[in-house]
Amino acid sequence: MSTIEERVKKIVIEQLGVKEDEVTTNASFVDDLGADSLDTVELVMALEEEFETEIPDEEAEKITTVQQAVDYIKAHSKD
Amino acid sequence: MSHSLQGEIALVTGASRGIGAAIADELAAMGATVIGTATSDAGAAAIGERLAAHGGHGRKLDVTDGAAVEGLIDAIGKEFGAVSILVNNAGITRDQLLMRMKDDDWQAIIDTNLTSVYRTSKAVMRGMMKARKGRIISIASVIGLTGNPGQSNYAAAKAGIIAFSKSLAREIGTRGITVNVVAPGFIDTDMTRALPEAQKEALLGQIALGRLGEADDIAKAVGFLASAAAGYITGETLHVNGGMYMA
Repeated sequence: MSTIEERVKKIVIEQLGVKEDEVTTNASFVDDLGADSLDTVELVMALEEEFETEIPDEEAEKITTVQQAVDYIKAHSKD
Repeated sequence: MSHSLQGEIALVTGASRGIGAAIADELAAMGATVIGTATSDAGAAAIGERLAAHGGHGRKLDVTDGAAVEGLIDAIGKEFGAVSILVNNAGITRDQLLMRMKDDDWQAIIDTNLTSVYRTSKAVMRGMMKARKGRIISIASVIGLTGNPGQSNYAAAKAGIIAFSKSLAREIGTRGITVNVVAPGFIDTDMTRALPEAQKEALLGQIALGRLGEADDIAKAVGFLASAAAGYITGETLHVNGGMYMA
């Protein structure tokens, strides 16, 4: 079973089409990984599906780095 | 061409009669699984019967009810698969000179004809984004480009659809989703039959082809925009008006 951090990173790699070594814990989706606003919306969609949770828009806007995504999932995920 | 929409799931709002019915029939004939909506249960049942030969279905929907829109699109996703072709056709008129127009005449038109397009488009977005493809086609009107006395509300809503579609086309083009508009001219439907005779005569005089359009003329244009042949067209308004207005 992968850790939440591994699963988040895998989704980031798939959604943003970036290399694994670029996806550091503190990487910013927009500034470091080249995501545009639509990419970040899709990323949140993918996280919602992977972790079977709903991320409200106001919360989603605060998730701008890999670490923030991991923290959010850890705090809200069922598994 | 005839079965080029095989495997597509098409949602057509306002498919009971007129242009919407012709669009539903056309997309079904092209091979899509069509779900047509009506505002009443009886209307939905009639659509279901009409489309049954092509495996299509009728559903009840009030496009001004946001929860109902989301619920229907969710249900379609579970039953048939995600909507891949959305045709925003449902629309009404409440013609009135501005000086006599009531707030409700304005609001009803904006809500049914314009806000509905926002609601349905938003609701199909997730499925289309995931699929990396989709077609959103909205039915505007020549009136949205030319204006018409007594139709300030209707014209505003129809012009709004065009601007909305251009913006959305820019937002989601990179995901393989096209967003286009068909702007019918003077088409022979219940809606135009209700116009005063004098106004009809005046309008006919402006049509280069000298006759009213048929609902099927609009349906063919929608069928084209829904097809793979129109894959490089987005943010566009296709005028189907017999030369009544040339952009």
